[in-house]
Amino acid sequence: MAKFKLERQPAPLWTRIAIPIASIIVTFIITSILLVLAHANPFVAYYNFFITPLSSQVSALEVLVKASPLLLTGAAVTFAFRAGYYNIGAEGQLIAGATAAAGLGMVLGNVPPVLAILIMIVGGFAGGMAWALIPALLKAKLAVDEVVTTLLMNTIVTFFVSFLLNGVWRDPVSGWPQSPQIAASAVFPKLVPRSRLHLGFIVAWVVVIIIWIVITRTPFGIKMRATGLNKSAAKFAGVNIDRTMLIAALVSGGIAGLAGVGEVAGINFHLIDAISPGYGYTGIIAATLGGLNPWGVSIAALFIALIDTGAQTVSRSMSVPIYLGNVVQATLLLVTLAFLILQNYRIKRV
Amino acid sequence: MDTFIIGLLAATLRVATPLIFGTLGELFAERAGILNLGIEGTMFIGAFVGFAVAEKTGSLWVGFLAAILVGVLCGLLMGFFTVTLGVNQHVSGLGITLLMTGLSLFLFRLIYGENKVVPSITPFGQVSIFGNLPILGPIFNQYLLTYLALLLIPVVWFVIYRTNFGLKIRAAGENPEATDAAGVNVYQIRYLALGIGGGLMAAGGAFLSLAQLGSFIFGIVNGRGWVCIALIIFGNWHPVKVLLGALLFGLVNALQLRLQTTGLKLPYELFLALPYVVTILALVLSGRNAAGPSAILKPYRRE
Repeated sequence: MAKFKLERQPAPLWTRIAIPIASIIVTFIITSILLVLAHANPFVAYYNFFITPLSSQVSALEVLVKASPLLLTGAAVTFAFRAGYYNIGAEGQLIAGATAAAGLGMVLGNVPPVLAILIMIVGGFAGGMAWALIPALLKAKLAVDEVVTTLLMNTIVTFFVSFLLNGVWRDPVSGWPQSPQIAASAVFPKLVPRSRLHLGFIVAWVVVIIIWIVITRTPFGIKMRATGLNKSAAKFAGVNIDRTMLIAALVSGGIAGLAGVGEVAGINFHLIDAISPGYGYTGIIAATLGGLNPWGVSIAALFIALIDTGAQTVSRSMSVPIYLGNVVQATLLLVTLAFLILQNYRIKRV
Repeated sequence: MDTFIIGLLAATLRVATPLIFGTLGELFAERAGILNLGIEGTMFIGAFVGFAVAEKTGSLWVGFLAAILVGVLCGLLMGFFTVTLGVNQHVSGLGITLLMTGLSLFLFRLIYGENKVVPSITPFGQVSIFGNLPILGPIFNQYLLTYLALLLIPVVWFVIYRTNFGLKIRAAGENPEATDAAGVNVYQIRYLALGIGGGLMAAGGAFLSLAQLGSFIFGIVNGRGWVCIALIIFGNWHPVKVLLGALLFGLVNALQLRLQTTGLKLPYELFLALPYVVTILALVLSGRNAAGPSAILKPYRRE
């Protein structure tokens, strides 16, 4: 019997293109089972899923609206993972950023718009950073596993938000569990009139460019990548790995916080319980699909936003449950993971 | 006051039940060297499948068994990624959690539509063992599944520490190379541990829908899987110490529920968050000395 062996080897460039495409095709084939279960023709459904949202300006802009938080959470996760810090807490950090933005937005009524928006952005970044601080410190100082603590912090922040929304922040006007509306001066301006596309989309791209520069073009980026690739080797080479991970974790939290600012200042204008449908976790999908490369991650974030919008279209027009979008995204993540093995290994006959 | 404390202790066991199932499941996986972050999704789909099958067949036990079966499949899927392919355990586990959560929500909507009325079943009733004991009686007024969870703790302890199979699991998690050299199939052991673990996790989820609630709601698991992951570290990968953590978590949560019903004006959300905070504190206290299986997170490749 012939024996085979997996051998590690660097990926040729063509596989970096071929693997995402192959992953997408395999994902469609698998998830079409669910469409058949829902009595929907898979071909029609996937047309509605991917072509319909792009065929009108309104829905194409909506894809970009959905992409704004994902670009940021994707960037946040990428930044931490590249430094070998497994921040699973982007979801909680996003919510903390949104909470900070909602709090600031309430009191910025007399501040001129440009300054108010700047304060919102800085405040949201600080909010996300603050929520990332405890797990980051525990990791750097006491070597407590960050995966567990960041996950737990995600749950804690949701309780904290319901505490605020059912108590001190309950909107006196509507009586709903939502914070009072933020001041008009703190609202992100629209990029396209009569759409929901807001300043957050630009903020997201600025962040993507910055993290790309930091990761690839700065001394800190070299330390980060060294820490992420091999902690003991980095330490041996004189990198302060604890400090590097701490900074990467805090910046990552801040970036995720910015996603929360956009949702409050650009979309909802209140803090609500359901401020994020899991953008933080979806950011991990984007980061993995994009191979932890800022540009790749951004393309993945746009694609995931298309899946989200497409799921809405299919749900409305073909009465397929909207959660098809979640299944497609998760399947895509797992299929890509499986394919990535092919990128790093070559099958060899021995 | 006596009835308050007795009620509290009874509620503690109830709250701890899904956590015991979940942590024992995670324990199998981690002892064999795999951190299974799929636990949250596995519990979720266990809750869904348990409910849906029980609702369709009219049998709670058939629902419970179906949930376990699906949980085993989730564990084996995790095995495909982390054992066969050897890819990143964090990301595979999260992927499985996202997939199982999405799949449950999709199928729930497909089967039950968008009814305003939440579909429900008659859940498991509580049975009273030693119910006629003075004062303490009500503590023993529990679901059979709670007794099953408690019974499983010594069983799992025995399997892991006193059987050949358990030795192989521990060896696969500590030093897979040496285990392999000793003639044990590490891949097979890890698959088995993940499968058993997945079944236990799903049983924990099914307890929530089949006993505690009698229905399936979207927030049914609500981070309990992550708590289980933390309890393992808190309990130093030991089934009995893990029980203490689960009981502590249950106690804080039960206290919060009790205090709410007394009509005291308390910020109950903060009480709900308290066990999670306590868990992080416990990690800080035990984390530095935590000695997990050495080969955890490391894929094993036979050369």
